[in-house]
Amino acid sequence: MKQIGRILIACGLAILAVLFIGWWQVDGPGAASVPGKRSQPLTEMDFELTNQNGEAVGPKTLIGQPSLVFFGFTYCPDVCPTTLSDISAWLDEIGPDAEALNTILISVDPDRDTVEVMAEYVSYFHPQIQGWTGSDVQVASAAAGFRAVYEKVMREDGDYTMNHTAGVFLFDATGRFVTTIDYHEPREFAVPKIRRAMQSQDERAET
Amino acid sequence: MRHITNTLRCLSFGLLMGLSTVSAAQENAGDIKIVVEQPWARASIGTSRPGGAYLALRNEGDVPVYLVGLRADISAMPSIHETQTNDEGVSRMVPAGDIEIPAGGTLALEPGSYHIMLMKLQSPLVEGETFPMTLLFSDGLEMEVVVPVLRIGARGPEG
Repeated sequence: MKQIGRILIACGLAILAVLFIGWWQVDGPGAASVPGKRSQPLTEMDFELTNQNGEAVGPKTLIGQPSLVFFGFTYCPDVCPTTLSDISAWLDEIGPDAEALNTILISVDPDRDTVEVMAEYVSYFHPQIQGWTGSDVQVASAAAGFRAVYEKVMREDGDYTMNHTAGVFLFDATGRFVTTIDYHEPREFAVPKIRRAMQSQDERAET
Repeated sequence: MRHITNTLRCLSFGLLMGLSTVSAAQENAGDIKIVVEQPWARASIGTSRPGGAYLALRNEGDVPVYLVGLRADISAMPSIHETQTNDEGVSRMVPAGDIEIPAGGTLALEPGSYHIMLMKLQSPLVEGETFPMTLLFSDGLEMEVVVPVLRIGARGPEG
């Protein structure tokens, strides 16, 4: 009888533990930054990173011009070079107007993506694309503002890769979040979205 | 569904390309007939990062064939991966396992989907050069493919 009591208590504790872990991960302090949630406006973000020239940069650096911001890493064989090539093609298609766009790759792999590595990597793509990196804490803080998520995953060769939010975030010149270009979105939709981000401030200025 | 989409995409691509579609290799083994189209790889920066290569495989036979792996001297660990993007927009890469090429269908290895990962590169992938690799299929079929290396910013087999 005593033993049954012990088992019941143990079961009760186990259930409580499971409930607590669930709460911790979903609503509690352990909750991951909520994916799918809209990015904050740049004006409400607070982070500091270093650009490919070694200069300190942050959300305020981007205000004044419309911006494209995306997350990636230079050891990425498929998604990141594809996104960078897509963006290069969009910028070419927009033409001279694109010079008014901040175009920023933020590394989710700061351990390998030092300032020098980012400088070399972005040099292979459109000259307007910048590469920002920082410490683990700085990158985490930047990602949180954009509601972007990333995680390190071990690969079968003992190396690691990164899972990460692959969309491109668009902001107007005032720093307002306009929309996201999803990774698999057809190219025909991307350029009009960028133009919308470029125009949305002008339109509001007129009204 | 993905197979069907890829097939349609490739079929339309093939139609667009018309006669200029290059058959890099062809193999017959009984009823099995696989045609390799448009292989390409992106140039690498050095050898520390994994390289990526792409191609399309058309199954002109009347039985399904599975792509089960590959060998490539340029990589100490070549494998086939799939990029998956979930509803939250988060992309991840997973080993592809055996991939079916349905009879009469095409399997596209293309950016953002299935791709060949060349891990532990033994030498850099240099733009303008080529490298050989051997595709391994079910039933023991093997095919050598010569892969042209395009610029790092290439978006497809046309550059």
